[in-house]
Amino acid sequence: MGCKCENNCADQKVQELIEIIDKHKGKKGALIPVLHDAQNLYGYLPLQVQKIISERMNIPLAEIYGVVTFYTQFSLNQKGKYQIRVCLGTACYVKGSGKIYEELKKELKLSGDGTTEDGLFSLESCRCIGACGLAPVIMINDDVYGELVPADVPDIIKKYRDRK
Amino acid sequence: MSKMVTLTIDGIEVKAPEGSTVLEAAKLANIKIPTLCYLKGINEIGACRICVVDVGVKNLQASCVYPVAEGMKVITNSPKVREARRVTLELILSNHDRKCLTCVRSENCELQRLAKDLQVDDIRFEGKKNDYNIDDFSDSVVRDPNKCILCRRCTSVCKNIQTVSAIETNERGFDTIVASPFNISLKDTPCVNCGQCINVCPVGALREKDNIDKVWEAIADPDLHVVVQTAPAVRVAIGEEFGLPIGTRCTGKMVAALKRLGFDKVFDTDTAADLTIMEEGTELIERIKNGGKLPLITSCSPGWIKFIEHNYPDLLDNLSTCKSPQIMFGAILKTYYAEKMGIDPAKIFVVSVMPCTAKKFEVKRPELSATGYPDVDVSITTREAARMIKEAGIDFNSLPDENFDDPMGDASGAGVIFGATGGVMEAALRTVVDILTGKDNDDIEYKAVRGLDGIKVAEVKAGDLTLRAAVAHGLGNARKIMDQIRSGEADYHFVEIMACPGGCVNGGGQPIQPAAVRNEIDICAERAKAIYTEDENIQIRKSHKNERIMKLYEEFLEKPGSHKAHELLHTHYEERENYPEECCGNI
Repeated sequence: MGCKCENNCADQKVQELIEIIDKHKGKKGALIPVLHDAQNLYGYLPLQVQKIISERMNIPLAEIYGVVTFYTQFSLNQKGKYQIRVCLGTACYVKGSGKIYEELKKELKLSGDGTTEDGLFSLESCRCIGACGLAPVIMINDDVYGELVPADVPDIIKKYRDRK
Repeated sequence: MSKMVTLTIDGIEVKAPEGSTVLEAAKLANIKIPTLCYLKGINEIGACRICVVDVGVKNLQASCVYPVAEGMKVITNSPKVREARRVTLELILSNHDRKCLTCVRSENCELQRLAKDLQVDDIRFEGKKNDYNIDDFSDSVVRDPNKCILCRRCTSVCKNIQTVSAIETNERGFDTIVASPFNISLKDTPCVNCGQCINVCPVGALREKDNIDKVWEAIADPDLHVVVQTAPAVRVAIGEEFGLPIGTRCTGKMVAALKRLGFDKVFDTDTAADLTIMEEGTELIERIKNGGKLPLITSCSPGWIKFIEHNYPDLLDNLSTCKSPQIMFGAILKTYYAEKMGIDPAKIFVVSVMPCTAKKFEVKRPELSATGYPDVDVSITTREAARMIKEAGIDFNSLPDENFDDPMGDASGAGVIFGATGGVMEAALRTVVDILTGKDNDDIEYKAVRGLDGIKVAEVKAGDLTLRAAVAHGLGNARKIMDQIRSGEADYHFVEIMACPGGCVNGGGQPIQPAAVRNEIDICAERAKAIYTEDENIQIRKSHKNERIMKLYEEFLEKPGSHKAHELLHTHYEERENYPEECCGNI
């Protein structure tokens, strides 16, 4: 995010965040929807964002962080423009998704889950995404790719690189 | 009266109030069910599954949360129940850092005790272990997640009782860890160093920052004049470390033990408590007369001070500017006492034995150094003092009673009661009412401010004035009063706040009593009883009647609130940011 405090740079995003908070504030169980929307806004939930949520919602930061780290959907790290999720659930795994994951790591020059240096891609292994019939499956943002073999990987990545 | 239900536990018929738990009902029948995460009034969540019993349904149930029902048949001791408890315990032990021999809680560890009681004689499951860094950056509290069994007592006391929430349960599954957000050190969180988390921890995952070595080193240094002072609550609790019943008064033995450790002088912090009353009482009267900021709020409890600096910075002007008694004492020792004894203040090393972990943080506040040297050099807890006594091979229980040293050993009963909630208020009232009425009033026991109600309110007649007083202990209760003050709902003159529930008698540095004891006995009440008995046994029970204090003003400080008194005995406060960005470092 790069901003140092609530009042200096990235003001506009902070303003949007405050609007998100105020929209949900006061409702029962408001924290999770706020975190969802905040993550959509920033791509992740760093300290500064959680601090603003904490102060404005009057919920201790410790509690918010506990929730954020409990659910795998929430991320503490900056995600790439294209978020690749590789299913390593049972069906995909027996159909060879481990090899797809290895190929993606090689293609993106990552040693595991993480974000590429140029910020274009982030790789994330996950459990079942509900498309077992297409195993092995990956998702890139909202696009689903099924019945993959490792050799498919370079072309798919290239498509997104070319898009920039 | 709630309705009673009848059930049988292990064949014994028990009548228990409707809504009570099987665990509570079993207690009525003198049947002991082992527990681990359960701590009455603080953590009742059925998380650890050690207390499981057979209630006639398919699965075993956690008795600490399972409600009783009419006709229920409970079995607490069967092969199935015993096996389930033991496997649960073995799984907890499988990734526990089993360094019992060198653990500060050895012999006072609830996990160790349970392993013995449940006859776990082997570690069957040797699985993966977590390897976490120990957080020892805080001046007060050390956290070792490798020893944590995730019972959540600490997070519960921090969040629900103290409303601080410096630690929470983070991550999930095998990676679950109790820590501060973003794994920031406690040092950089809103943690107020109260140490209540330490007192409720069943194992050695939380402990005080140990300063014993520094004290031994000073005692061994022939160039240093090493002085120790002991807070009121220490004398009514230290005996527990030597097997004496809760609430045993050990003042004489404690003094004798400290002398044998090699301190040059053993003084009583209660003397400085009397001094605090003179300064704070004067401040209160001045604020009332001159239309100053009211209510005046006490400033003796360093956990409370850090709490207000984080949470109510807009109300810092309401705080008394008085330093806490231990710090006042240090300042007097390094000036008046140094002069009187002809000792260079640089060579005076002041140690304080406190029921408190927050005092360790307090002594490091840079503003608390009236002479240019820290007012107090090292603060140790009641527990550390007991460990030193044990290490020195002193047989505490057979020591004769000895008296505090002159010239700073005399204190009034008012100074003693500082150790219990309501005590500072009562001590202040004893003096303030006398000053305002110009009489020596006999009615000095203000029972309305005693006891363990979370918030106590009293109206006290002092001549034409009706003083409105309020007392809160435990920071959750403090928060309630502060919110009232902030919104203008409250119109008190004087408010006493102590960070720890029950006051200093239950401070974070006091002997740790296991849940098995805390579930049965109110340790705050027992220790407080001893404090008030101590007060009754002292002839002088008002701070302004303490001749030592009068002499100190005559010879040195002139009068309460004088310029010199302000220089030495008063301080200021500052707003503290929660999780300041510049120093947010991960452990």
